Amino acid sequence: MLTKESIQKIDREIAKYPAGRKQSAVMAALAIAQEELGWLPSEAIEFVANYLDMPPIAAYEVASFYNMYDLKPVGRHKLTVCTNLPCMLSGGVDAAEYLKKKLGIGFNETTPDGRFTLKEGECMGACGDAPVMLVSNRRMCGGMRPDEIDKLLEELE
Amino acid sequence: MAILGALNPILTVGWDGGAAWRLQDYVKRGGYKALGRIFEERISPDQLIGEIKKSGLRGRGGAGFPTGLKWSFMPKDFKDGKYIVCNTDEGEPGTFKDRDILRGNPHAVIEGMVIAAYAVGAARGYNYIHGEIWDIYKRFEEALDEARAAGFVGKNILGSGFDFELFAHHGYGAYICGEESALLESIEGKKGQPRFKPPFPASVGLYGKPTTINNTETFAAVPFVLNMGAEAYLEAGKPNNAGTKLFSVSGHVNRPGNYEIPLGTPFPVLLEMAGGMRGGRKLKACIPGGSSAPVLPAEVIMACTMDYDAIGKAGSMLGSGAVIVMDETTCMVKALERLSYFYHEESCGQCTPCREGTGWLYAIVHRIEHGAGRPEDLDLLRGITANIMGRTVCALGDAASMPVQGFLKHFRDEFEYHIENGKCLVPPEVQRAGSTFFKATV
Repeated sequence: MLTKESIQKIDREIAKYPAGRKQSAVMAALAIAQEELGWLPSEAIEFVANYLDMPPIAAYEVASFYNMYDLKPVGRHKLTVCTNLPCMLSGGVDAAEYLKKKLGIGFNETTPDGRFTLKEGECMGACGDAPVMLVSNRRMCGGMRPDEIDKLLEELE
Repeated sequence: MAILGALNPILTVGWDGGAAWRLQDYVKRGGYKALGRIFEERISPDQLIGEIKKSGLRGRGGAGFPTGLKWSFMPKDFKDGKYIVCNTDEGEPGTFKDRDILRGNPHAVIEGMVIAAYAVGAARGYNYIHGEIWDIYKRFEEALDEARAAGFVGKNILGSGFDFELFAHHGYGAYICGEESALLESIEGKKGQPRFKPPFPASVGLYGKPTTINNTETFAAVPFVLNMGAEAYLEAGKPNNAGTKLFSVSGHVNRPGNYEIPLGTPFPVLLEMAGGMRGGRKLKACIPGGSSAPVLPAEVIMACTMDYDAIGKAGSMLGSGAVIVMDETTCMVKALERLSYFYHEESCGQCTPCREGTGWLYAIVHRIEHGAGRPEDLDLLRGITANIMGRTVCALGDAASMPVQGFLKHFRDEFEYHIENGKCLVPPEVQRAGSTFFKATV
């Protein structure tokens, strides 16, 4: 289901926890699986659960509880825009509206070419850099005014 | 974003914009000296806890609980593995200080955690890092590798015979995991749903073992407290409000960012450090301690000093030190609508009053904002908050209710105007100008 490299990464996470506490690595393992597959199909969740000796439903509970897991396919780049109050005061909502217009999609939608998915995010703990957005869970971008957004979109193939 | 300014700094001295974060830089700044001295001078865990108590250091995550006292709750005779956990699940809207601490000085957090582990007799620790800050998580892991290689973490630390293993745990997007017992559940690989307390983590914590949980900034302060001495740290702030603190200033200011100031510094000084009001506009309101803290009108906050006592007396909380500044272009109904949406979205769903109540709070503020408010709505909102507060396992229900109560207390006329006129007191074009998203319009 997952490449050897991903399994090695998961093993490294398991080693952080005491013996018999493999389940503690489930968040990291699901994130690693999602990074490889682009999203989390139920087979991947089940695979992770089996690998960590935990019931699949318990892994599913985790995957469905935390916001950054994608239980449905997303575009090649997932753009999560923070619209919470501190960002809103500095243009977070405007940035989201700008992106919606530019990409022709709403929140939780993907462009027809499969390039972008747009999500509304909650506080990312970077309010001083507002407006803030997160690219595919990994890359935080701050000061996202129209020019910066245009530049970012061009860069993301 | 780096630290943008400081007054008599302690924590952020020599940060150099976040570039000088490596072990060698930290050691050059006097890092790991406190840890070395503990072993050289054979300072006992009890002496250490006494020193932290004497310093008056209080938890920097929001509750402001005395750190030394918290450490003293750990059972001394428990031999079956105790834990130290650092809470870097920084998701309280307005708060972004811990991210900068891990970026600028991760080794201070590591040293603080090792010292805490020695003080309470813990053999293993975790730093739970907010899901959205992947680059910071990677940096902390790198810093951990450096600390292990140098013998500051791991077996027989600095030849003392003391062992302590430390790891980073990466969150994946859940505000509730900033609540300490939800955070422990999350490390155990479960949904982040808070536990009933008591028992408190010092008795039954991670994997059921005694656990001390502190905020990132609290751990980061520990080496400095020991280096400068408890009394000097205490005197750097004011009585009952010891030391300095990082304040995250966001919203309508010219230079949003983190600022380190002594507790007790007047709010106008902090506002000026942050470049003053954006576009020279008028201050309308300020949330002084993260989104859960009740909002204060301009005239109240301008008369406050930034410390636990003064902000508490003014009817709010110092919380995490997240200062959200709002100018006259802000629609208070819209501001509360967004916060209420947040708490509804982030309620873990475990307790009915919170799960259902936060939904109602949002629905009602939403209809007021969108011109469909009813005259009885304001009393209804108050009634719902009364039925949430104190009736839930954790504090998220209270955190969702306090903003509603604060906004209604100080800006009731704006809510009434919305209900009566079906529109905002602040015209939409004025609201738009506040954000400066389209620079040309400002």
